[in-house]
Amino acid sequence: MSTTIRDNRETEARSAEPEQFVVPTASVVEENDAYTLRVEMPGVTKESLEMSMENNELTIIGRRSLPTIDGTLIHYELRRENFRRMFELDPSIDAKKISAKMEQGILMLTLPKAEHVKPRKITVS
Amino acid sequence: MSLIRYQTPESAVWPWADRWSSLRDDLNALLELPFWSSFGRQGQLLSGWAPALDLYQNNDNLVAVVELPGMRKEDIEISLHDGILTIAGERKAEPSNGEKAERTERYVGKFRRSISLPIRVDANKVSATYRDGILTVTLPKAEEAKPKHIQVRAD
Repeated sequence: MSTTIRDNRETEARSAEPEQFVVPTASVVEENDAYTLRVEMPGVTKESLEMSMENNELTIIGRRSLPTIDGTLIHYELRRENFRRMFELDPSIDAKKISAKMEQGILMLTLPKAEHVKPRKITVS
Repeated sequence: MSLIRYQTPESAVWPWADRWSSLRDDLNALLELPFWSSFGRQGQLLSGWAPALDLYQNNDNLVAVVELPGMRKEDIEISLHDGILTIAGERKAEPSNGEKAERTERYVGKFRRSISLPIRVDANKVSATYRDGILTVTLPKAEEAKPKHIQVRAD
Protein backbone atom coordinates (compact mmCIF):
# COMPACT_ATOMS: atom_id res chain seq x y z
CA MET A 1 0.00 0.00 0.00
CA SER A 2 2.79 2.38 0.60
CA THR A 3 5.48 1.15 -1.71
CA THR A 4 5.13 3.69 -4.47
CA ILE A 5 8.31 4.41 -6.34
CA ARG A 6 8.57 7.13 -8.91
CA ASP A 7 11.04 6.22 -11.62
CA ASN A 8 13.59 8.42 -13.30
CA ARG A 9 11.63 8.90 -16.47
CA GLU A 10 9.63 11.64 -14.83
CA THR A 11 12.63 13.74 -13.95
CA GLU A 12 14.03 13.53 -17.44
CA ALA A 13 10.74 14.45 -19.05
CA ARG A 14 10.40 17.36 -16.67
CA SER A 15 13.65 18.97 -17.72
CA ALA A 16 12.16 19.58 -21.17
CA GLU A 17 9.03 21.27 -19.80
CA PRO A 18 8.62 24.61 -18.08
CA GLU A 19 9.42 24.44 -14.40
CA GLN A 20 6.66 23.05 -12.18
CA PHE A 21 5.89 24.62 -8.83
CA VAL A 22 3.81 23.92 -5.78
CA VAL A 23 2.19 26.59 -3.64
CA PRO A 24 3.63 26.80 -0.13
CA THR A 25 1.37 27.44 2.87
CA ALA A 26 1.59 30.86 4.45
CA SER A 27 0.38 32.87 7.40
CA VAL A 28 0.09 36.58 7.98
CA VAL A 29 -0.05 38.51 11.24
CA GLU A 30 -0.85 42.18 11.46
CA GLU A 31 0.61 44.50 14.05
CA ASN A 32 0.56 48.23 14.41
CA ASP A 33 3.78 48.81 12.55
CA ALA A 34 4.08 45.97 10.14
CA TYR A 35 2.80 42.72 8.77
CA THR A 36 4.67 39.49 9.28
CA LEU A 37 4.32 36.98 6.49
CA ARG A 38 5.55 33.45 7.05
CA VAL A 39 5.89 31.04 4.15
CA GLU A 40 6.64 27.39 4.71
CA MET A 41 9.24 26.04 2.35
CA PRO A 42 11.10 23.09 3.88
CA GLY A 43 14.35 22.30 2.11
CA VAL A 44 14.85 25.87 0.92
CA THR A 45 17.84 27.90 2.07
CA LYS A 46 18.34 31.63 1.79
CA GLU A 47 20.70 31.04 -1.12
CA SER A 48 18.01 29.30 -3.13
CA LEU A 49 15.37 31.96 -2.54
CA GLU A 50 14.32 34.33 -5.27
CA MET A 51 12.07 37.25 -4.45
CA SER A 52 10.93 40.08 -6.65
CA MET A 53 8.40 42.88 -6.58
CA GLU A 54 6.52 44.30 -9.49
CA ASN A 55 3.58 46.68 -9.24
CA ASN A 56 2.68 45.71 -5.68
CA GLU A 57 2.97 42.06 -6.53
CA LEU A 58 5.52 40.11 -4.55
CA THR A 59 6.71 36.87 -6.11
CA ILE A 60 8.55 34.35 -3.98
CA ILE A 61 10.30 31.36 -5.48
CA GLY A 62 12.07 28.86 -3.25
CA ARG A 63 14.09 26.10 -4.83
CA ARG A 64 14.30 23.17 -2.56
CA SER A 65 16.99 20.59 -2.18
CA LEU A 66 16.20 17.43 -0.35
CA PRO A 67 19.11 15.49 1.17
CA THR A 68 20.68 13.09 -1.32
CA ILE A 69 20.38 9.67 0.20
CA ASP A 70 22.35 6.75 -1.07
CA GLY A 71 19.72 4.04 -1.37
CA THR A 72 16.42 2.98 -2.94
CA LEU A 73 13.30 4.95 -2.27
CA ILE A 74 10.78 2.56 -0.73
CA HIS A 75 8.14 4.99 0.44
CA TYR A 76 7.51 8.29 -1.25
CA GLU A 77 5.48 11.32 -0.17
CA LEU A 78 7.65 14.41 -0.41
CA ARG A 79 7.11 16.49 -3.48
CA ARG A 80 10.20 17.46 -5.37
CA GLU A 81 8.84 20.56 -7.06
CA ASN A 82 10.02 23.99 -6.08
CA PHE A 83 7.79 26.48 -4.33
CA ARG A 84 6.29 29.58 -5.83
CA ARG A 85 3.71 31.98 -4.56
CA MET A 86 2.65 35.49 -5.45
CA PHE A 87 1.18 37.98 -3.05
CA GLU A 88 -0.56 41.17 -3.93
CA LEU A 89 0.53 43.73 -1.40
CA ASP A 90 -1.55 46.61 -0.31
CA PRO A 91 0.00 49.92 -1.38
CA SER A 92 0.26 50.86 2.29
CA ILE A 93 3.24 48.54 2.56
CA ASP A 94 6.57 50.23 2.14
CA ALA A 95 8.22 47.84 -0.31
CA LYS A 96 11.67 49.29 0.16
CA LYS A 97 11.71 48.32 3.79
CA ILE A 98 10.75 44.66 3.51
CA SER A 99 13.14 42.44 5.42
CA ALA A 100 13.45 38.67 5.25
CA LYS A 101 14.76 35.86 7.39
CA MET A 102 14.97 32.17 6.53
CA GLU A 103 15.09 29.62 9.30
CA GLN A 104 14.40 25.86 9.28
CA GLY A 105 12.42 26.08 6.09
CA ILE A 106 10.28 29.04 7.13
CA LEU A 107 10.67 32.34 5.35
CA MET A 108 9.67 35.21 7.57
CA LEU A 109 9.05 38.55 5.86
CA THR A 110 8.48 41.73 7.78
CA LEU A 111 6.47 44.19 5.74
CA PRO A 112 6.49 47.59 7.37
CA LYS A 113 3.47 49.78 6.96
CA ALA A 114 4.00 53.18 5.45
CA GLU A 115 3.97 55.94 8.06
CA HIS A 116 0.66 57.40 7.10
CA VAL A 117 -1.31 54.23 7.76
CA LYS A 118 0.05 53.40 11.19
CA PRO A 119 -2.54 53.83 13.91
CA ARG A 120 -2.02 57.09 15.67
CA LYS A 121 -3.42 58.34 18.91
CA ILE A 122 -5.15 61.67 18.74
CA THR A 123 -5.27 63.53 22.00
CA VAL A 124 -7.79 66.13 22.87
CA SER A 125 -6.15 69.15 24.31
CA MET B 1 0.86 -0.14 9.14
CA SER B 2 -0.35 2.79 11.14
CA LEU B 3 0.07 5.70 8.79
CA ILE B 4 -1.65 9.00 9.04
CA ARG B 5 -2.31 10.12 5.53
CA TYR B 6 -0.43 13.13 4.33
CA GLN B 7 -2.70 15.96 3.31
CA THR B 8 -1.48 18.48 0.78
CA PRO B 9 -2.31 22.09 1.55
CA GLU B 10 -4.77 22.13 -1.31
CA SER B 11 -6.83 19.39 0.22
CA ALA B 12 -6.83 20.31 3.89
CA VAL B 13 -8.84 17.98 6.05
CA TRP B 14 -9.98 20.71 8.43
CA PRO B 15 -13.66 20.56 9.23
CA TRP B 16 -14.27 24.09 8.05
CA ALA B 17 -12.60 23.45 4.71
CA ASP B 18 -15.18 25.45 2.83
CA ARG B 19 -14.29 28.61 4.70
CA TRP B 20 -10.67 28.07 3.89
CA SER B 21 -11.09 27.53 0.20
CA SER B 22 -10.95 31.24 -0.40
CA LEU B 23 -8.11 31.70 2.03
CA ARG B 24 -5.46 31.61 -0.61
CA ASP B 25 -7.15 34.43 -2.46
CA ASP B 26 -7.41 36.31 0.79
CA LEU B 27 -3.78 35.96 1.57
CA ASN B 28 -2.80 36.86 -1.91
CA ALA B 29 -4.69 40.12 -1.65
CA LEU B 30 -3.07 40.99 1.62
CA LEU B 31 -4.92 43.45 3.72
CA GLU B 32 -7.79 44.12 1.45
CA LEU B 33 -10.30 42.16 3.54
CA PRO B 34 -11.17 42.46 7.19
CA PHE B 35 -9.14 40.22 9.42
CA TRP B 36 -10.71 37.49 11.49
CA SER B 37 -9.74 37.06 15.08
CA SER B 38 -6.93 34.73 15.81
CA PHE B 39 -7.49 31.09 15.28
CA GLY B 40 -6.08 29.36 18.23
CA ARG B 41 -8.30 26.52 19.14
CA GLN B 42 -7.88 24.00 16.41
CA GLY B 43 -5.67 21.62 18.31
CA GLN B 44 -8.05 18.76 18.72
CA LEU B 45 -9.84 19.33 15.45
CA LEU B 46 -6.80 19.24 13.24
CA SER B 47 -5.80 15.66 13.89
CA GLY B 48 -5.35 15.30 10.16
CA TRP B 49 -2.00 16.96 9.78
CA ALA B 50 1.15 14.95 9.89
CA PRO B 51 4.52 15.58 8.29
CA ALA B 52 5.27 14.02 4.92
CA LEU B 53 7.87 11.28 4.95
CA ASP B 54 10.10 9.48 2.46
CA LEU B 55 11.82 6.22 3.35
CA TYR B 56 14.99 4.94 1.70
CA GLN B 57 17.00 1.80 2.16
CA ASN B 58 20.48 0.70 1.31
CA ASN B 59 22.58 -2.26 2.44
CA ASP B 60 23.31 -0.81 5.84
CA ASN B 61 20.50 1.56 6.77
CA LEU B 62 16.95 2.72 6.49
CA VAL B 63 16.77 6.48 6.14
CA ALA B 64 13.63 8.53 6.78
CA VAL B 65 13.39 12.06 5.38
CA VAL B 66 10.63 14.08 7.02
CA GLU B 67 9.31 17.51 6.08
CA LEU B 68 9.01 19.45 9.32
CA PRO B 69 9.56 23.17 8.94
CA GLY B 70 9.75 25.68 11.76
CA MET B 71 10.61 23.42 14.68
CA ARG B 72 13.41 23.62 17.18
CA LYS B 73 15.31 20.37 17.23
CA GLU B 74 14.76 20.02 20.99
CA ASP B 75 11.01 19.92 20.36
CA ILE B 76 11.07 17.02 17.92
CA GLU B 77 10.37 13.64 19.56
CA ILE B 78 11.63 10.62 17.69
CA SER B 79 10.89 7.19 19.08
CA LEU B 80 11.17 3.60 17.96
CA HIS B 81 9.03 0.85 19.39
CA ASP B 82 8.32 -2.65 18.05
CA GLY B 83 9.60 -1.72 14.63
CA ILE B 84 7.47 1.40 14.42
CA LEU B 85 9.18 4.74 14.00
CA THR B 86 7.24 7.67 15.45
CA ILE B 87 7.92 11.37 14.91
CA ALA B 88 5.90 13.63 17.19
CA GLY B 89 5.93 17.12 18.56
CA GLU B 90 4.10 20.35 18.66
CA ARG B 91 4.11 23.12 16.10
CA LYS B 92 3.82 26.31 18.02
CA ALA B 93 1.98 29.41 16.94
CA GLU B 94 3.77 32.68 16.61
CA PRO B 95 3.87 34.46 19.95
CA SER B 96 0.70 36.46 20.26
CA ASN B 97 -0.04 39.42 22.42
CA GLY B 98 -3.72 39.06 21.64
CA GLU B 99 -3.95 42.37 19.88
CA LYS B 100 -3.03 41.22 16.46
CA ALA B 101 -5.22 40.14 13.65
CA GLU B 102 -3.96 37.07 11.90
CA ARG B 103 -4.81 34.56 9.30
CA THR B 104 -3.02 31.32 8.69
CA GLU B 105 -2.99 28.29 6.48
CA ARG B 106 -0.21 26.72 8.50
CA TYR B 107 -1.01 23.91 10.85
CA VAL B 108 -0.45 24.71 14.51
CA GLY B 109 -0.62 22.17 17.31
CA LYS B 110 0.45 18.68 18.19
CA PHE B 111 1.22 16.13 15.54
CA ARG B 112 2.23 12.50 15.46
CA ARG B 113 3.39 10.43 12.51
CA SER B 114 4.16 6.73 12.66
CA ILE B 115 5.53 4.37 10.08
CA SER B 116 6.03 0.66 10.40
CA LEU B 117 9.55 -0.19 9.26
CA PRO B 118 9.84 -3.10 6.82
CA ILE B 119 13.23 -4.16 8.17
CA ARG B 120 14.60 -4.62 11.69
CA VAL B 121 16.85 -1.82 12.83
CA ASP B 122 19.24 -1.38 15.72
CA ALA B 123 17.49 1.07 18.03
CA ASN B 124 20.70 1.97 19.84
CA LYS B 125 22.33 3.28 16.72
CA VAL B 126 19.61 5.56 15.37
CA SER B 127 20.73 9.11 14.63
CA ALA B 128 18.97 12.19 13.27
CA THR B 129 19.79 15.61 11.85
CA TYR B 130 17.51 18.59 11.32
CA ARG B 131 18.32 21.19 8.71
CA ASP B 132 16.32 23.70 6.65
CA GLY B 133 13.14 22.21 8.03
CA ILE B 134 13.99 18.68 6.95
CA LEU B 135 14.54 15.94 9.52
CA THR B 136 16.73 13.04 8.39
CA VAL B 137 16.64 9.92 10.57
CA THR B 138 19.22 7.22 9.90
CA LEU B 139 18.32 3.79 11.21
CA PRO B 140 21.07 1.19 10.88
CA LYS B 141 19.75 -2.24 10.05
CA ALA B 142 20.06 -4.95 12.66
CA GLU B 143 22.94 -7.28 11.82
CA GLU B 144 20.77 -10.21 10.85
CA ALA B 145 18.73 -8.02 8.51
CA LYS B 146 21.69 -7.03 6.36
CA PRO B 147 22.21 -8.88 3.10
CA LYS B 148 24.77 -11.63 3.46
CA HIS B 149 26.70 -13.53 0.90
CA ILE B 150 26.44 -17.25 1.20
CA GLN B 151 29.21 -19.29 -0.29
CA VAL B 152 28.31 -22.47 -2.04
CA ARG B 153 30.79 -25.09 -1.01
CA ALA B 154 32.12 -27.40 -3.59
CA ASP B 155 31.61 -30.93 -2.41
